Amino acid sequence: MIKYIIKRLLSSVVVLLGVITLTFIITRVVPSNPAVKWAGSRATQEQIAQASIELGLDKPLPVQYVSYLNQLLHGDLGTSYSSKQPVAKELAQYVPATLELVLIAFVLAIIVGIPLGIYSAKKKDQLLDHCSRFFSIGAVSLPTFWVALFLQLIFYKTLQLLPIGGRLSVTATVFDTQPNVTGLLLLDCVLTGKWGMFRDALSHMILPCITIALYPVGLVSRMTRSALLEILNEDYITAGRSYGLSERKMLWKYALKNSIGTTATDVALSMGYTLTDTFLVEAIFSWPGIGSYISEAVTTLNFPAIIGVTIFGACCYIILNLVADIIVAMDPRIRL
Amino acid sequence: MDAILDTLKPRWNSFRESLYLLARNKLSLLALIILVALVLLAIFSPVIVPYPQDIADETHIEAKFSEPSSEHLMGTDELGRDVFSRVVYGARVSISSGLMAVAIALVIGVPLGAVAGSFGGWVDNVIMRITDVFLSFPPLLLAIALVALLGSSLTNAIMAISVSWWPWYTRLMRGQAISIKERKFVQAAETIGTSRIKIIFKHIIPNCISPIIVQASMDIGGVIMTLASLSFLGLGAQSPTPEWGLMISTGRSYFPDKWWCCIFPGLAIFLTVLCFNLLGDAIREILDPKTRKK
Repeated sequence: MIKYIIKRLLSSVVVLLGVITLTFIITRVVPSNPAVKWAGSRATQEQIAQASIELGLDKPLPVQYVSYLNQLLHGDLGTSYSSKQPVAKELAQYVPATLELVLIAFVLAIIVGIPLGIYSAKKKDQLLDHCSRFFSIGAVSLPTFWVALFLQLIFYKTLQLLPIGGRLSVTATVFDTQPNVTGLLLLDCVLTGKWGMFRDALSHMILPCITIALYPVGLVSRMTRSALLEILNEDYITAGRSYGLSERKMLWKYALKNSIGTTATDVALSMGYTLTDTFLVEAIFSWPGIGSYISEAVTTLNFPAIIGVTIFGACCYIILNLVADIIVAMDPRIRL
Repeated sequence: MDAILDTLKPRWNSFRESLYLLARNKLSLLALIILVALVLLAIFSPVIVPYPQDIADETHIEAKFSEPSSEHLMGTDELGRDVFSRVVYGARVSISSGLMAVAIALVIGVPLGAVAGSFGGWVDNVIMRITDVFLSFPPLLLAIALVALLGSSLTNAIMAISVSWWPWYTRLMRGQAISIKERKFVQAAETIGTSRIKIIFKHIIPNCISPIIVQASMDIGGVIMTLASLSFLGLGAQSPTPEWGLMISTGRSYFPDKWWCCIFPGLAIFLTVLCFNLLGDAIREILDPKTRKK
């Protein structure tokens, strides 16, 4: 087990190195003049020269590569040319807001997706199963950015129940300062006892959270259903049933336990997709997270910021994959 | 000699059976019918749309933002163009680009996977580590970075999606190739001295291709969605191309007051992707007898 984890960790490091190499190729080898790309479309001659120094373009490629690795090891992702701030520092400011959304989507995927999957496996081919199947296929076929707009149309314009976007209302920030303990606003409000602000933040969070959770909820419920159905067809379940064990006990005690590995992997992997979904949704709800950051970077062609987010996203993805594999490896049936 | 080798090959001869199974599931049959209709619509859209001139950048400023009516079924956009005509024509843009992106990914991924699987050893190792690297980027992010590098256009978006999509086919093809290279007809071809490359292209790829085609057909929906997302971010199709993602992105500035500019193109994406996904689901069920209904 420990040996497997170490092996898996090492292979993740190799993949990470590959990711870094690929971004190196994208930023420095493919463009005919990397400094022009790096400095942005409206850069002056001086700025291009500055970018050229930052990238070390006067040195041979292997030297550039080593210094690039060195920079990344020290958490240096380059300088955003629109704000003149280090990209890593900006990312650190934007990550908590995104994390908050992804975490809530994650919790929803577990508390809604898994029971929905169990229930539709139990009632296979009945009305609820058909509904939940249609919901899950529908959920993965809906463009998230469009769902976001649609929800705004209904809950903001038509019903006037919820705010259109942002993390807090203007009025809430005028009378009170935003607490900053963990960066997760809801948690911070609880910790500092600011209940008015908590309510405000919560109402801002409902629409983006529903939008983002749609995909993982659909995916997880579908995967749970199929994993469970496969197991319910196994011989040992038939044996248990013929012994007269109750259906309830078979499901909860024997079948579910064996499907947890698959479900856990799916939850972890769907989080990777959720991360990219948040990018589009954040832009629509003016949510101050990395999604808004990258879509702004895209419109201004802020290359250092785009590459920074790409590296960050790949790191998250590699970690999620690692976690998923370790969860699977914990299954005692898999001898390692 | 080839004729003898041919008799040794396995065949996937259940086309009629598959069609029967597909027709039995009403939902997937409906998806198939809608999809065929959409493809026909895409092919003939320049002829059948009510306002063909609105597909390009002809403007009727005096008629901008008309609400949906009998004259303009889905209203008009910020330049007074008929949204319905543009949405219908959009099917042509989205479906053809989706197919193109999948095709390019197949052309890159399949031969690489076949080479990895049949050669094994260090060749296999190198190819598979490269796919690992590509697969460790979240799907949309690598495409964003690539388009940012190449410049925003529909062609570049298609290229970028193919570049981030091929590793899936390489993985699948490699697994297939490994299982098939031990088969008698491949060994027979080796014994009579057929070259490795010829074996790969003449014997291994044609005999492994059906599961890959199935996977590819299931992916088209996802690819269309990714393409729309890129266009929505301003990285895909450029104005005045009637691309669904781009239409939503443009309409967003006038949202939610002029909701029709965003809602209808989104519905079109949903319908198309849903049909491709339903059909993909049905195809998978047909190929996997375990989940088939008795």
